[in-house]
Amino acid sequence: MKQFEVRQRKDTRSGFGDALYELGKESDKVVALCADLTGSLKMDAFKKEFPDRFFQTGIAEANMIGMAAGMATAGLIPFTGTFANFSTGRVYDQIRQSVAYSEKNVKICASHSGLTLGEDGATHQVLEDIAMMRAMPNMTVINTCDYTQTFLATKAIANFNGPVYLRFGRPAVPDFSPQNFEIGKGVLLNEGNDVCIIATGHLVWEALQAAEQLEQKGYSAEVINIHTIKPLDEDIILKSAAKCRCVVTAEEHELNGGLGEAVASLLGRKLPLPLEMIGVNDSFGESGKPMELLEKYGLGASNILEATLRAVERRTA
Amino acid sequence: MKEALFLIKKAREIRKSVILSLNAAGSGHLGGSLGLADVFSVLYFHEMKHKPEQPDWLDRERLILSIGHVAPVLYATLAESGYFDKEELLTLRKLGTRLQGHPGRDHGLPGVELSAGSLGQGLGVAVGIALMDQHEKKDKRTFCIMGDGELQEGSVWEAAMSAGHYKLHNIIGIVDRNNVQIDGKTEDVMSLEPLADKWRSFGWHVLECNGNDVEELIQAFAHKSDEKPTLILAHTKMGCGIPEIENDYTWHGKAPNGEEMERFLGMLVKNR
Ligand SMILES: [Mg+2]
Repeated sequence: MKQFEVRQRKDTRSGFGDALYELGKESDKVVALCADLTGSLKMDAFKKEFPDRFFQTGIAEANMIGMAAGMATAGLIPFTGTFANFSTGRVYDQIRQSVAYSEKNVKICASHSGLTLGEDGATHQVLEDIAMMRAMPNMTVINTCDYTQTFLATKAIANFNGPVYLRFGRPAVPDFSPQNFEIGKGVLLNEGNDVCIIATGHLVWEALQAAEQLEQKGYSAEVINIHTIKPLDEDIILKSAAKCRCVVTAEEHELNGGLGEAVASLLGRKLPLPLEMIGVNDSFGESGKPMELLEKYGLGASNILEATLRAVERRTA
Repeated sequence: MKEALFLIKKAREIRKSVILSLNAAGSGHLGGSLGLADVFSVLYFHEMKHKPEQPDWLDRERLILSIGHVAPVLYATLAESGYFDKEELLTLRKLGTRLQGHPGRDHGLPGVELSAGSLGQGLGVAVGIALMDQHEKKDKRTFCIMGDGELQEGSVWEAAMSAGHYKLHNIIGIVDRNNVQIDGKTEDVMSLEPLADKWRSFGWHVLECNGNDVEELIQAFAHKSDEKPTLILAHTKMGCGIPEIENDYTWHGKAPNGEEMERFLGMLVKNR
């Protein structure tokens, strides 16, 4: 199987912050808003270099989304930054009415998503945000897997006209993904024949580990990274599923309403095949270290490996 | 004053369109729409820099309507200004219309800046626009109309706080202070007073006027603020212009039937 070089261990949010800083240099249309989490979102560099294009909103996320909609109305490209929980559930109606239904070009950038937020626990570990944003008309939904992809995605959405939800995380993780990014286009990371693993976010790396372990058992896995959950790259999924004849999805999110359900819906309509889904099963998270939590909630490489074996077994049954 | 007479006449035309369109729709919000007709007349025919023939003109002054349920008065005013043909007003709330029950920007009606209906969101958007204008040193204002009941939404005060913080002298908030909301009098449902003091304490300059008197409105809008955002508490009568329904909050969310329409239109002519 293809080997991936880990260039560094780095947090995805730094990819956001570094790209935002570059965007600031490239275009004076780019403005940034933050609700009292400038350091956490890695927005300090932008704030320091472009103080007149950085807006502190205080702990008032609803107003931050409203202000961003206003800035977009005035022709600018606003990027909002706060944790994923406060970027979605807290302001769902503001995003729905003042951004999506009003066709405002706002980029909602959300860090600290999922269980890997860690010790802060369930109040902050939003696991429903992809479901909420997927359900919303006019919204593009992206969940990045590492520093490089987050960097590239941040730059890509600036050049895309329309509201975007960009989801990334807190901890330092392996940085391995290729140096190209296109909104709406899945990435074929490894070619294989026995099972198609479709992963997003931090679980892409786990999926690659699972694929390696699977190889030792004599099976080859195709690994696809779906970073854009909406619109879904149906072609790459259907092509791979048709070849492998069984599918496993993996995401750091609830099973309800996430990537897995999007893939299930696609396969159900176009290509019914055995499908196993890795995600959080109708539960809130809790405090712990990121990797401990992935393990406890059944999202680790070993869980993905087991799911691939179940899928392969169902295929041949 | 010649200008005042002109604006009174425009307000009467707007009220007429509101009544006709609501009757055609068979549902909608009459009381608040009539109560704001004078404010809309003064804004669109006296105060705001805008170009109906070029709705996306970048340097236009914008009205952000936060109380979406008074859509009929917005639509009537836009049509009166020439943004689209008055005949289209009769499609209000009908399948396929650009005149949605509450303004929906993605239905493409020229002059609609923001979708609105879920309350408490407009002022924050207005703050965003005003901040950008301040940033680009544009000499123009952003207006935002809110209901009084709407002020019970916490997000309004987030926005009020930020406008005060950023000293947005280029923002004019207008509160439709008619003292009523769906469940009754605002002071019984959830009291707002002392309302002017609340805004002042958030860093706003507050003016009060009779919101159904065009001359008082002109005066209030003429106030220039150097540092603070301006809040106009416009004391209006729900249903203003039709004595039979003035201040009757059962007309908050009702449309006139054919007979009522004829009677109301007759009263409009008689009264002014
Ligand atoms: Mg009221």
